[in-house]
Amino acid sequence: MSVAGASSPDNAGNSSAPLLEIRDIAKSFGRAEVLKNISLQIARGEFLTLLGESGSGKTTLLRLIAGFEQPTSGQIWMGGERLDALPPHRRRVNTVFQNYALFPHLSVRENVAYGLRVKSTPKNEIATRVDDALGMVKMTDFAEARPATLSGGQQQRIALARALINRPELLLLDEPLSALDANLRKQMQSELKLLQREIGIAFLFVTHDQDEAMALSDRIALLRNGALEQVASPREIYSHPTTVYAAQFIGQTNLLRGEVRGDCATCGAIRICPVNGPDGPATFSLRPEAIKGILDATIGTPYMTFKATVRQQTYAGATELLEVDCAGQLLRVRVPAGEPLDGEHEFIFSPRDAVRIRD
Amino acid sequence: MYSRTYKTLVAVPPLLWVGIFLLLPYALMFAHSFWLLRDGFLVHRWNLQNYQALFTNPLYLHVFLRTARIAASVTFCSLLLGYPLAYYLSFHAGPRRELLYQFVIIPLWVSYLVRGYAWKTILGSDGVLNGFLQYLHITREPVSFFLYSPFAVILMLTHIYTPFVFLPIYAALEHIPRPLIEASQDLGANRRDTFLRVILPLSIPGLLAGATFAFVLSLGDFLAPLLVGGPSATMIANIVQSLFGAAYDWPLGAAISVGILLVTITLLFATERLEKRWSFK
Repeated sequence: MSVAGASSPDNAGNSSAPLLEIRDIAKSFGRAEVLKNISLQIARGEFLTLLGESGSGKTTLLRLIAGFEQPTSGQIWMGGERLDALPPHRRRVNTVFQNYALFPHLSVRENVAYGLRVKSTPKNEIATRVDDALGMVKMTDFAEARPATLSGGQQQRIALARALINRPELLLLDEPLSALDANLRKQMQSELKLLQREIGIAFLFVTHDQDEAMALSDRIALLRNGALEQVASPREIYSHPTTVYAAQFIGQTNLLRGEVRGDCATCGAIRICPVNGPDGPATFSLRPEAIKGILDATIGTPYMTFKATVRQQTYAGATELLEVDCAGQLLRVRVPAGEPLDGEHEFIFSPRDAVRIRD
Repeated sequence: MYSRTYKTLVAVPPLLWVGIFLLLPYALMFAHSFWLLRDGFLVHRWNLQNYQALFTNPLYLHVFLRTARIAASVTFCSLLLGYPLAYYLSFHAGPRRELLYQFVIIPLWVSYLVRGYAWKTILGSDGVLNGFLQYLHITREPVSFFLYSPFAVILMLTHIYTPFVFLPIYAALEHIPRPLIEASQDLGANRRDTFLRVILPLSIPGLLAGATFAFVLSLGDFLAPLLVGGPSATMIANIVQSLFGAAYDWPLGAAISVGILLVTITLLFATERLEKRWSFK
């Protein structure tokens, strides 16, 4: 999978021009700098996730694209047109709001029809398109209900149908699943993914949940304090994080700090050979599952070994998480579930899995 | 759980209050409306003569209709002023909002009478308004119809009741979740559509509450016509007042009062139904 990821697997054949282009966008509220020179492209049909903690600026970026906020500097382009100069109602993007924002005084049908009504669409066309949209989210039976009588999951579907009926080229979703309980959330995740594939519209999805981002996205844009930390596919960002923050935010990892000299790095009692890059202090990320017990090692050459003492063992069904002590350095190791372990063992990993990252 | 004694102690004062100051006077008024005045004396004989007078004497119906017209005008004018004001404060006032809000509220602390006399001073023959118009040579003589006309009554009552109309509308507008407005814009609605399709429908309960305030309070007003109205703007409450006062015809005064009360209760009942119909969680 490509690192740059400007094209997702699904739209490799489409025109190479991005659907949406964010150029050097900055946004301040008073003295608070919420976004710092963000540049990002979204391809047609892509599922791009803005991932970050609360306060990282992900929702602000979404609101800039929707038109609810004006950038302090920078530009947003969509299909050869300056998007940031247009008022929200003239932008060909639609939003699914965090708490759905369904109109309480309108029925489900009227909510979904809203976007077509304000554009003076002919009545019979509205009727068929509303029926289609409700069918698409499996809510046909609730057409005459008021939003207040629906469950969270049902309201979510209506919010989706209401946004999609306008046939936007880009759908913005602001933590749409955060109000749902865990089971429903999982179910909605897979439905959302399926729907996106089916209709082929680009989704820009905001979440603080890394599992959700991993499960849904073609690419993840990781935001930290208003700046992009890394933009890559889930696989890429997991296997090749570029920074300590990215390595720790997405999944668990071991940070090995040490010194590179020539071909080798020395991190305490652990040596990594060969490594690339310049000499000097270096930090490596080594995922717990990249370390294996020497007995079940299926690692090709070259490989590194180290001895460590098992301090703690946490059972997690199919796997177990070990906390091991390698000459004072604590490491986490994920191994297939098996017999309880204690005492000193020899562990093994491939130097390819130790990823040099920036602080 | 609260003890019986506690519950009784808490319940008794308000019940006494309602009994002595509300139910008892209403009962007396109701009883009086079925009694008679003969040779200047109250006769406790049940009859419907007073109510017959209400419908047979054209004066009462005429004055009542004028009162309703004035009240409707006041309601209309207060809405015309109060709604845009509330809309501006709620959506566009930004940091000026608190100050402007206080400016709307402060007149409520000023005595009704003071404001009435202020209008007298402004509208009178040697009043501020006439002085100003003559100074600008727009008029040569003092304009007399400013004061002592239905116009003056409507003006004064509009001034007094606009804050009452403003407040519930403002509260209703403040209660509209802002994402709904963004959702409307997001779906392609311009300002006008967003107002007509989202903001206005969701503010109808406040609008109804404000309109009810203005209409019902104007309907029963007797000070404004007394101060700035003159004979051409006599309202139904002035008639009641004179019947209870100079004319000393309490039974007829009571019958008219009962009539006004019925109209008011019907109105309140109807608007409450409407407000419920238009309120959403």
